[in-house]
Amino acid sequence: MIGEFWSINAPALLIAIPMLGAFATPLLGKMGKTPRNLWILLITALTFATSALLAAEVYTTGPVIYTFGAVDPAVALVSDSGGIPVRIIFNVDAMSAFMALMASVVGLVAGIYSLPSGKMKSGRDGYFSLLLLLLVGILGMVCTGDLFNFFVFLEISSLAGAALVAYRIDKGVAVEAGLKYAFLSSLAGLIFLYAVALLYGQYDSLNIAVIAERMQFGFLDKVALALFLTGLAMKAGAVPMHFWMPDTYSMAPSAITAFLVVSSQASLYGVFRIAFTLYGLRLNYVTVGWFIIILGVLSMLVGVSMAILQENVKRLMAYHSISQTGYMLLGVGVGLAVLGDPAMMESFGLTAMEGGLFHLVNNAMYKGLLFLTAGAIFFRAGTHNLNKLGGLGHSMKLTMLFFIIGALAIAGIPPFNGFSSKLMIYESVFAFNPLLAIIAMVVSILTLASFVKVFHAIFMGPKRGEYAGVNEVPVPMLAAMGILALLTVLMGIFPQQFVDLMIRPAAGALVNQGSYIASVMGGL
Amino acid sequence: MALIATLDTGFGAWNPVIWIVTMMVALVIAWLIRSRGESVQPPGTEAGKPYLSGNDIPYPEETHVAASNLYWGFTDAMKRYYGRAVPLHTGILTDYVLWYIGVLALAIIMAGVL
Repeated sequence: MIGEFWSINAPALLIAIPMLGAFATPLLGKMGKTPRNLWILLITALTFATSALLAAEVYTTGPVIYTFGAVDPAVALVSDSGGIPVRIIFNVDAMSAFMALMASVVGLVAGIYSLPSGKMKSGRDGYFSLLLLLLVGILGMVCTGDLFNFFVFLEISSLAGAALVAYRIDKGVAVEAGLKYAFLSSLAGLIFLYAVALLYGQYDSLNIAVIAERMQFGFLDKVALALFLTGLAMKAGAVPMHFWMPDTYSMAPSAITAFLVVSSQASLYGVFRIAFTLYGLRLNYVTVGWFIIILGVLSMLVGVSMAILQENVKRLMAYHSISQTGYMLLGVGVGLAVLGDPAMMESFGLTAMEGGLFHLVNNAMYKGLLFLTAGAIFFRAGTHNLNKLGGLGHSMKLTMLFFIIGALAIAGIPPFNGFSSKLMIYESVFAFNPLLAIIAMVVSILTLASFVKVFHAIFMGPKRGEYAGVNEVPVPMLAAMGILALLTVLMGIFPQQFVDLMIRPAAGALVNQGSYIASVMGGL
Repeated sequence: MALIATLDTGFGAWNPVIWIVTMMVALVIAWLIRSRGESVQPPGTEAGKPYLSGNDIPYPEETHVAASNLYWGFTDAMKRYYGRAVPLHTGILTDYVLWYIGVLALAIIMAGVL
């Protein structure tokens, strides 16, 4: 009975569980730290279980439609709606399920890691409430089939993210970073909302499937496209709209930074959803594809080159986040640029998209892991300054091991997951334009160089006197890093399984606009 | 095990399990070669000590190279690029908004509005 209810209402519960968790956390906090911490673990674990259940259903039976307020949630077109879906709909296809699963895994890890990492801080109830609200925002963005609803969840994630960035209010720069994040996220949200208004004025609907079906690609549609893409690309940290990212990522608590990576990727999901599902073949896909490719190449080059200069480990990693976003934009941009050519799509376009999406989930794992290791270093050594660190490999061996796994993965060294996705991108992009593939490879080499520097600066060298009393971080922090490290290794050793199970269906869902429309409007 | 781990990239294949086994074999061979040299090493000589062009070996505490000392050659060679790229990262919010407006203008042109 409960199982059936859970299964039928999984899309709604995916939002309802963390939302309930967020608002109840302050109450649990009144009962003490232990009940609150157990509550956080329960909520994040239940959210993960719900996303796994939903993903299993999507991968076995196809897209799941959930109509809020309808007698039968699986039916989008109710009898009194005049043939259009008037209610808010969650349309969870393979792409959405893949993103939701990834977000809930990182949400669970961030929850576990946060339990001991901020125990000396005040305001922990608010921290965990905001963490769960951030999870709500991300999950809503990737599941909704309604443009205005996407905006609402974008705002929830932005506001929760901004407050979390500014969590360490004892440092003025953290508040400044939070303000920057709040301002630019609000700007991106308002730009997005304006684009939604343009489409609503023309097509009388906010539903993605309805607008996609009616899309004419006229003047206002083109303006809306530019607004959508740039607003979401700024939230994703694409160069040259990336400037906020190092400022923000470096000041947020590390568990939050790991989760902000997923938040940015949810915006990237928005870029892909708008380009492929909302506009599809009606847009000038070659030009828009090249626009995304150019953003990707700039992100790769500027991100990695700026990272090499950094002396703050989290700023350095933030620049690498920008660089890794470039790979995703490159892979999926190539897929978009050849969307209308079935031969090229079959030859390399789909593989490029799969590589880009595989890199997206890989990045969430290893980049999250790297930020958590940076947090572990800060937790014990009290600094992010690479010039002041050294010799911690003697006393933080497990953290060092996790760092090595993350660093080798981000640099694309086999057998870790970063290599598999980069290989798919290199080979397919080479068939599209060899120069782009060469740039991607050079960026990987520079990434390795950058992380060799970090590894040497933090872990190598003799023990330093100021860190004589440093020991390994608490078990929950190690467990959180261990989960991401394990996934990084497993996804590297069994890449084909992950591609077959999650990535290929996700890429197929993006490309197949007709299937998305039919799942809502009927005819599937 | 090896077969299920093979990734089809569309242009070739990548098998991490075979790679791991190959690396382990290579490491074992390297270890065997090293251990043969170790066994004939006369104890108590300077042959196993680090050599720094005849200079004294500094204390371990003085040997750690700080992060800012690494890759100076690279950054020096790229100083014309960095001379332009670094000042763009002003940290000023209004500058960030200006960059966004510039990209939006470009996107509007590329989307075919103008």
